[in-house]
Amino acid sequence: MLAYGGGVADVFKALADPTRRTILDELTLRNGQTLFEICARLTTNHGLSSSRQSVSQHLDILEAAGLVETRREGRYKFHYINTAPLGPIMGRWGNQPGKDSEGRPNSGATTEGAGSA
Amino acid sequence: MRINLTSVLVDDQEKARAFYTDVLGFVLKHDIPLGADRWLTVVSPQDPQGTELLLEPSGHPAAKPFKDALVADGIPFTSFAVDDVAAEHERLSGLGVRFTQAPTAMGPVTTAVFDDTCGNLIQISQYNG
Repeated sequence: MLAYGGGVADVFKALADPTRRTILDELTLRNGQTLFEICARLTTNHGLSSSRQSVSQHLDILEAAGLVETRREGRYKFHYINTAPLGPIMGRWGNQPGKDSEGRPNSGATTEGAGSA
Repeated sequence: MRINLTSVLVDDQEKARAFYTDVLGFVLKHDIPLGADRWLTVVSPQDPQGTELLLEPSGHPAAKPFKDALVADGIPFTSFAVDDVAAEHERLSGLGVRFTQAPTAMGPVTTAVFDDTCGNLIQISQYNG
């Protein structure tokens, strides 16, 4: 896969920030949160002192990377996690934990039943 | 100087009177005609001589964009104390109230946020243990 372009780089950059990873953690616990709920959870569960504006900016970055979707439902805006952008990352380095991209066990794992190289 | 009054800006005073009494369970205290509007206040049945909640018309042009922005971001305009947020959430949901935030433990309190049908989100809160 050579067609990486800006999309995948956006995902790495989005995930690089610890506050943004925490936002994704919280959306995994309960999906579909308002900005208010996300801010309250970051403050009370994680002791993060990010301002509402700062959290809003983090959500914008996550949304640009495709990791968060914002849906307008009537007068409210809810934020939802979307793990689809993580798929190409898994595929890039093989998608089976403990094996390389051709299915061969990583060194240290057993080699019983493995085909010849 | 005492804090005797708090207020909520409501889209429609009659609709607010019905919601804040019939649904939320507050009790009407004052309903005094003031031109086209009313001086409309309710109190908690648990504290009838206590702080009054004024259901104020949101006529000022700045009010609607302000309220719309808070609602979009899920921000409640004010918060009321309850003994049991989960029980209130169940009772109010049964009466058709829409919640934007289900009961959630938030540090020393548990909170939930609902729509008052008059342009605001309202939080209810209980102290944990």
